[in-house]
Amino acid sequence: MLGLNKKDTSLLIVVALLTLFAPFILNPFPEGSAMAQFNAGYPDLMQRFVIFGIFAIGFNILFGLTGYLSFGHAAFLGVGSYSAVWMFKLLSYNVIPAIALSVVVAGLFSLLIGFVSLRRSGIYFSILTLAFAQMSFALAYSVLSNPKFNLTNGETGLQVYADDPQILQGANSPDLPHLFGLPMRATYTMDVGAWSFDFNAGYYLCAVIMMVVFYLAIRIFRSPFGMMLRAVKSNQQRMNYTGLNSKPYTLAAFVISGMYAGLAGGLMAAMDPLAGAERMQWTASGEVVLMTILGGTGTLIGPVLGAGFIKYFENIFSKINDNVLHSWFAFLPDGMEDAVVFLIHPFIGKGWHLTLGILFMLVVIYLPGGLVEGGQRLLKRLKRKKTDADDAPSGKTEPAE
Amino acid sequence: MDAILLQILNGLDKGSAYALIALGLTLIFGTLGVVNFAHGALFMIGAFCAVTLQKLLNLSFETLDETQKDFLGNPLKVETPYVEYWFGPEVGATIIDWSVPLAILFAIPVMLVVGYVMERGLIKHFYKRPHADQILVTFGLAIVLQEIVKYFFGANPIQTPPPDALSGSVDLGTMVGFDPNAIIYPIWRLVYFGFAVGIIGAVFSFLQFTTFGMVVRAGMADRETVGLLGINIDRRFTIMFGIAAAVAGLAGVMYGPLNPPNYHMGMDFLVLSFVVVVVGGMGSLPGAVLAGFLLGILESFASTTWATTTIPGINQIIIYLVAIIVLLTRPRGLMGRKGVMEE
Amino acid sequence: MTNKNVTRRGVLKSGAVAGSGLALPTIFTASSAAAFTNEPTGSSVTLGFNVPQTGPYAEEGNDELLAQQLAVEHLNGEGDGGCLNTFSSKALKGNGILGKKVEFVTGDTQTKSDAARASAKSMIEKDGAVMINGGSSSGVAVAVQGLCQEAGVIFMAGLTHANDTTGKDKKANGFRHFFNAYMSGAALAPVLAAEMGKERRAYHLTADYNWGWTQEESIVASTEALGWETVNTVKTPLASTDFSSYIAPVLNSGADVLVLNHYGGNMVNSLTNAIQFGLLDKVANGKDFKIVVPLYSELMAAGAGENIKGVLGSMNWNWQLQDEGTKAFVKSFGEKYGKPPSNSAQTCYAQVLLYADAVERAGTFNPCGVVEALEDFEFDGLGNGPTWYRGADHQCFKDVLVVRGNENPTNAYDTLEIVEITPRAQVEYDPEHPMFAGGELGKCNPGA
Repeated sequence: MLGLNKKDTSLLIVVALLTLFAPFILNPFPEGSAMAQFNAGYPDLMQRFVIFGIFAIGFNILFGLTGYLSFGHAAFLGVGSYSAVWMFKLLSYNVIPAIALSVVVAGLFSLLIGFVSLRRSGIYFSILTLAFAQMSFALAYSVLSNPKFNLTNGETGLQVYADDPQILQGANSPDLPHLFGLPMRATYTMDVGAWSFDFNAGYYLCAVIMMVVFYLAIRIFRSPFGMMLRAVKSNQQRMNYTGLNSKPYTLAAFVISGMYAGLAGGLMAAMDPLAGAERMQWTASGEVVLMTILGGTGTLIGPVLGAGFIKYFENIFSKINDNVLHSWFAFLPDGMEDAVVFLIHPFIGKGWHLTLGILFMLVVIYLPGGLVEGGQRLLKRLKRKKTDADDAPSGKTEPAE
Repeated sequence: MDAILLQILNGLDKGSAYALIALGLTLIFGTLGVVNFAHGALFMIGAFCAVTLQKLLNLSFETLDETQKDFLGNPLKVETPYVEYWFGPEVGATIIDWSVPLAILFAIPVMLVVGYVMERGLIKHFYKRPHADQILVTFGLAIVLQEIVKYFFGANPIQTPPPDALSGSVDLGTMVGFDPNAIIYPIWRLVYFGFAVGIIGAVFSFLQFTTFGMVVRAGMADRETVGLLGINIDRRFTIMFGIAAAVAGLAGVMYGPLNPPNYHMGMDFLVLSFVVVVVGGMGSLPGAVLAGFLLGILESFASTTWATTTIPGINQIIIYLVAIIVLLTRPRGLMGRKGVMEE
Repeated sequence: MTNKNVTRRGVLKSGAVAGSGLALPTIFTASSAAAFTNEPTGSSVTLGFNVPQTGPYAEEGNDELLAQQLAVEHLNGEGDGGCLNTFSSKALKGNGILGKKVEFVTGDTQTKSDAARASAKSMIEKDGAVMINGGSSSGVAVAVQGLCQEAGVIFMAGLTHANDTTGKDKKANGFRHFFNAYMSGAALAPVLAAEMGKERRAYHLTADYNWGWTQEESIVASTEALGWETVNTVKTPLASTDFSSYIAPVLNSGADVLVLNHYGGNMVNSLTNAIQFGLLDKVANGKDFKIVVPLYSELMAAGAGENIKGVLGSMNWNWQLQDEGTKAFVKSFGEKYGKPPSNSAQTCYAQVLLYADAVERAGTFNPCGVVEALEDFEFDGLGNGPTWYRGADHQCFKDVLVVRGNENPTNAYDTLEIVEITPRAQVEYDPEHPMFAGGELGKCNPGA
């Protein structure tokens, strides 16, 4: 189907179903129950899952295929966000021109940075990209927001003000990002018994876009171009000796992944019309690296899983506080309750970083291929249980290089 | 002229911290081939060795003083440090005053052990793994270490003042014939620079003039051959990891009086120290030291009013700008070796 | 469409995907049945406490959180009631808000606009919060304030000192109790003139972002009005950890006062560096060299340790004040947590009570009702003396404290001493003052 082989088609279908039914899947616990704290099916977080999924898929096209580890990809995300908000300020709140411009600008920006950075390889390349991104961050945070030439609005973040031109903004169109009149924040909430599920317009827009770019990523992975990129990773020298110039290929991969990042940035602005400079900081670049490695470098679905994993912890674990803990363990006798709360306390709320750090270590120690490998091992074990004499190779979608 | 000298001093001082951290990082790259993202955390732990020792020395018992009131109107609790109680107020106060230099003695064994445990317990299993995995696991470790420190010491910076005798500043300018107040420089910053030079010298002479160092250098150049000669190179590399950790830790101990330590100071230095290492050239110890001082000095000059009015924002980006220029003109940094971390 | 639903978030109860519902210009819910976003329909109401729990301002956030929890206790009639006993408005009875028990959710802003908005959104979308409170930086405050305006909930700002929060970025749904950079300048200037004389030459080091600039602008304006001269204003990168290269040239610049427009870790380090260079021991232009830190906080003072001795600055509030409101708050906070509250804690505590009181007086949680009740509200008894919530820009006007690092602190908490309580009249300004002009309050947004 769509030019994909059977395995990829089923992967695509599974991902499509998962994203389509995410509002159900992510809200497994009834509202108001003690476990509802772990529900992730509210619009903002679902949007973040998908947007960072796009970011990580794009990053993986560069890092997973060519092995070039960029430490400055957040710059493209930031540039994408800024261009989208500028579109809101100048044209209108319609998200289409905003997203289109963010992809184009991020593409041009990555062409420039990639052209320079790709003159070096290995860690020298990483530091070059890092340096460009940190420069962009520093400039966006202060220099480019001075009152005379305010491109980024600095610390406060670029946002739309009432006195902005918005030349195409119709009288009746909503005063917030919308798709031809459908506001990105419109949410339809369905209550089924004790459960409540949110269906958000913005989320589905992001989800559809993610499906498209995920499909594109599969095509790239399976194409001769993708093979070429893998060749760059496994032995660039040999490739050069055969008379092939690898640079156009890596540059193309760099620009594609930069455009993915720009798309993610544009979508972020479309969901929430504010662009802050810290989106470009090295910690943000590091985050996408972590997402990709954590999920499974070079695998198709891995980066998306990694993105979901990190964003889940950031948003869910940081909100658990002692009160919540006490309500969970209220059934225990008083002394026990306090003891349990005391033991868990360092890992939640303000300690969510600690939990995340520990999980990074555990995953990378025990699952060298990332979360994808964990899934594969699980599948393998299940299969073995079903058909004892199954010695077929594991359900690897992609070798984790 | 005096302004230039002043900024050179500042640069050497900033550069001392960069050079020490970068030196340790390069030792680890060069010997074990591991990208250690937890190196900043080691620097931070060093600084907190000083904080811990200071707290230990200040351990006090409480007596109620009925004549004074605390903020709720209850009798004030007066604290007397045990050290002062045991050794008498004067000697006790002197010991507390000198807690930062004393912390050096405390930090060396602690850092060696931390380094040894880290290498044997974790890093060892990642020699053969891709650099990406090393980054992830050491970054995870860095987060865990800093969160543990935060749990015990809080997020606020904690002052670790230098001894009274070494605090304050001296007028260097008058010594070489400038007007008074032209070149005033804090004593502890001079101490820090001297200390850094001493440590760097010690590490280099250790590698250059001892048999152990010779073997390590041989191992860095060709690990397999050294192994074939029947030398247990792994064990020596583990010790080098401990030494690298100790260098980072000592840099941290001595840094405390300059800027009060906080739990995320390691992350603040992490990216910068990688830039320094790469600008110096991967695997080159002299390169790391040179780049550390060079970037320190350039950063200081970029922060002068003259520089910021000529190019607005130059002080924000100078380090990265220099990194880009160096890497584009010299493919392997200032003194990098071919083939190290280039694939 | 017939809507008769009354679930917590005010939503449709039908199973079909209502395309028409989606097309409505609604914001956080698809239904227009609820009168406003997150209308509380059960027996409880949820407030969102969004403070930095990780990063450099974690301690500050933690203190805010403690104060907010204390406020919730007092609202629900637990504890000793704190400022409910001293508050001039007697609408609150200790039975929750409008009879509903007060519950709260917490989140981590990380002192980043993005993370703060994500956290606030999850409170609004997932937990049904009707009010967001807290924060420790102006960037975050402006970002979350904008979000709350769009979402139709009330934002009660925590620590935010930049003029823009109630200046060009002011929003109808947002309220600031904390003072601002202009007020710092107006309060400090007379004290500076009295202590240091009118012929001083000032050198400014300024954190290179929005808040730093507004503070520098305010302090420069108010000191120059006194006759001071500004020798130089130097911007320092936010990420700086070492300020030696900025401090070193100060002595030679002809200045005799150093103004540090820094906050948090920046301020702790720059002040420590300035002391290292021995600036306070020097004599310049025949006068003793002085350092000024316009915005102080207790936690910064603790971080700076000995170095703050004798250094002047301003504060919104201090636990050593002797009015009834302060005493009541310090007593209940101190007894519960064993330390006196910081001024950001006091702001958050007061903001929660002010919100609750406004709801009681309005008789509804509807943000528009709350806005109306808070606008031009005059009150007393929360610790800052007679206070006015100005309707024109939603800025509180009250006395501002000028403080100095204590030369002889007797314990870990009285590191700052109050030099002067600057009366409110002296720090007031016109809503159209050039430092605040450009923004538009807009209309209150109930969200639905």
